[in-house]
Amino acid sequence: MKKLTKTMIAFVVVMTMLVSMCTVFASAAEEEGTFKIGGIGPLTGAAAIYGNAAMNGVQIAVDEINALGGIQFEFNPQDDTGVAETSVNAYNALKDWGVQAIVGTVTTAPCISVSAEAYSDRIFMLTPSASSTDVIADKDNMYQVCFTDPNQGIASADYMAENYPDAQIAVIYKNDDAYSQGIRDTFVSEAQAKELTVVYEGTFTEDTQTDFSVQVAAAQDAGADMVFLPIYYTPASVILTQANAIGYEPTFFGVDGMDGILSVENFDASLAEGVMLLTPFSADAEDERTQNFVKTYNDLYGETPNQFAADGYDAMYTIYQALQEAGCTADMSAEEICEALIGVMPTITVDGLTGQGMTWSDTGEVSKAPMAVVIKDGVYVLPETAEE
Amino acid sequence: MKNLKKTTKVDLATYIGVTVAFLIMYALQTGGHLTSSISGQLVPICCFIVMAVSLNLVVGISGELSLGHAGFMSVGAFGGIIAAQSLAETIPSTPLRLVVALAVGALCAVVVGFVVGVPVLRLRGDYLAIVTLAFGQIIKDLINCLLVGYDSHGLHIMFNISGLKSINDLHLEETGKAIIKGAQGAVGVTKISSFPAGFILVMLTLVIVLNLIRSRTGRAIMAIRDNRIAAESVGLNITKYKLMAFVISAALAGAAGALYGLNYGSLVASRFDFNTSILVLVYVVLGGLGNIWGSIIATVVLYMLPEALRQFSDYRMLVYAIVLILVMLATNNDQLKALLGKIIPHRKEAAGNE
Repeated sequence: MKKLTKTMIAFVVVMTMLVSMCTVFASAAEEEGTFKIGGIGPLTGAAAIYGNAAMNGVQIAVDEINALGGIQFEFNPQDDTGVAETSVNAYNALKDWGVQAIVGTVTTAPCISVSAEAYSDRIFMLTPSASSTDVIADKDNMYQVCFTDPNQGIASADYMAENYPDAQIAVIYKNDDAYSQGIRDTFVSEAQAKELTVVYEGTFTEDTQTDFSVQVAAAQDAGADMVFLPIYYTPASVILTQANAIGYEPTFFGVDGMDGILSVENFDASLAEGVMLLTPFSADAEDERTQNFVKTYNDLYGETPNQFAADGYDAMYTIYQALQEAGCTADMSAEEICEALIGVMPTITVDGLTGQGMTWSDTGEVSKAPMAVVIKDGVYVLPETAEE
Repeated sequence: MKNLKKTTKVDLATYIGVTVAFLIMYALQTGGHLTSSISGQLVPICCFIVMAVSLNLVVGISGELSLGHAGFMSVGAFGGIIAAQSLAETIPSTPLRLVVALAVGALCAVVVGFVVGVPVLRLRGDYLAIVTLAFGQIIKDLINCLLVGYDSHGLHIMFNISGLKSINDLHLEETGKAIIKGAQGAVGVTKISSFPAGFILVMLTLVIVLNLIRSRTGRAIMAIRDNRIAAESVGLNITKYKLMAFVISAALAGAAGALYGLNYGSLVASRFDFNTSILVLVYVVLGGLGNIWGSIIATVVLYMLPEALRQFSDYRMLVYAIVLILVMLATNNDQLKALLGKIIPHRKEAAGNE
């Protein structure tokens, strides 16, 4: 019987832990007159650089808005390590905190899981960077600040068709990644429609992203003079290094995930010269707002913000503007705010860092102009100026 | 009660403990006294308890090292999702559909477990560890190639080996639904898992595993673990018993995977990577090899720990690792054991036996 008692004791200990956790969360104090905005993104783990950038961007926006007076925000970023399950846990933790609207989730797969939960709970979500169409599909409370994957693929193909109609294109993409695969699929079908020549397609996965000698050599053998890289910048930096090592010098073309390549550690940034990328944000833009943002970000976090930071910043301002438009007050429940925001989102126009005059359709998709830039002397410039 | 065997008492306590824990949590949940954070963790905890208990059957009871347990979970999860999503109209009842999905998940895992187990379990040595390690990776890559859709003509399945196909190549009808989109994983999954279903699965797992261990078959499996040559000399069919433990373990992992997969709106194959296998192995090792209730408690505590440590923000995984090390040190500390032995007299003899 002793053993039985011991087992029971062990269970009781576990139960006590659970119950004590409940009380910890329940005691979170209510603050009057402040909107509670939650953030979800990978703050640790492989994708941490995106999550941190986006959350830092949101934080800067929150600080600026709070300094203006008027509507006040409290921002609570939660880590999801880029995993769907942890993301839902983070979402639940935010719910316990009393969240009224969410900026997130930063990465695509977790965002699909969280948005399904938020849809049934009626909490408004605006993702800075989860770009798959599955994120917003069939959910009226889910909006995006970034382009959808199909948009990026189509825009890239259109840009090439217009400027490099005779290019021999090679595509190297990550086929276990929703983002990369999504862009590749639409790029290839649009390239077919525009009669572009795709001479080679190479794939890699999470486990094989340290060596690209096979893919790079194959692209070279196939005679490709334009290599489309719908991937994040870390593997892209390896591709650039290895292409350089074998003396292969095509034009590399990236999408928004390429943004950040200039700040990769141990990467010779001069190799990125001439890389083209489609991005809505350039840290070297001349307008005052971008410059202020870049300066603040640099002062606070010691690095140049990438596009994710700008997306986060814009997401926060969008929520701010939508809340004002809908006349929401901080004492409204998350549900009331959600319904009010759904009502105003398709009607507002936001001028942000990642695009002037951003508007949204009621499906949640953003409409803004993509911008192609070229890396020249370590900064992004418009292709026209690079040629001069 | 006094006349019961010690093992029977422990088993009974495990059943009662799990049931009591479930009843308390369920009452709290339905009464709305639980935070969303804890409510949200109940189903995955049930899944991982089943994972840990089933892995314990292989690692603790049959004495083979399996490093690809998450692979079976993956097979079960995607099998279960395909079943549940494609049967959505045929079986309108959610609980029934969940049962079918779990059964399909378990069945898929059994088939795969059999294929992996038959050649490997004939060998001596650590080959199972090597093969299951590779198996976990292979499954991940295979599922990344899998395109599955459903329309009025039935299931459409395509293997995208070349990497050049997409979901559009399935040519689904307008009303058709994409279930698995290769690397993008399963999206738009209808959430049908529930805590009571998780509890039933845990109980079922316990009934199967505990009865197996206490049976003649279980004793044969343990005899093989303890001394292969002696077991062979008394005429035990080594491969058969090892395969039995391995396939049952795979089936349970498959069912757990199906429950897990149907608890989230999206699922990607990379969720079930090597790290997940090791995580489950950590639950088993920390709970004690061959100790079923230990696995359950270790799983609950270790699963909740990272969430409970959220206030440490970026440092929570660091704290988590430190806690793991401290637990390992504490449970192996002789002085602590002696101290426990003084408090609980029963422990003294146990400590003396070691």
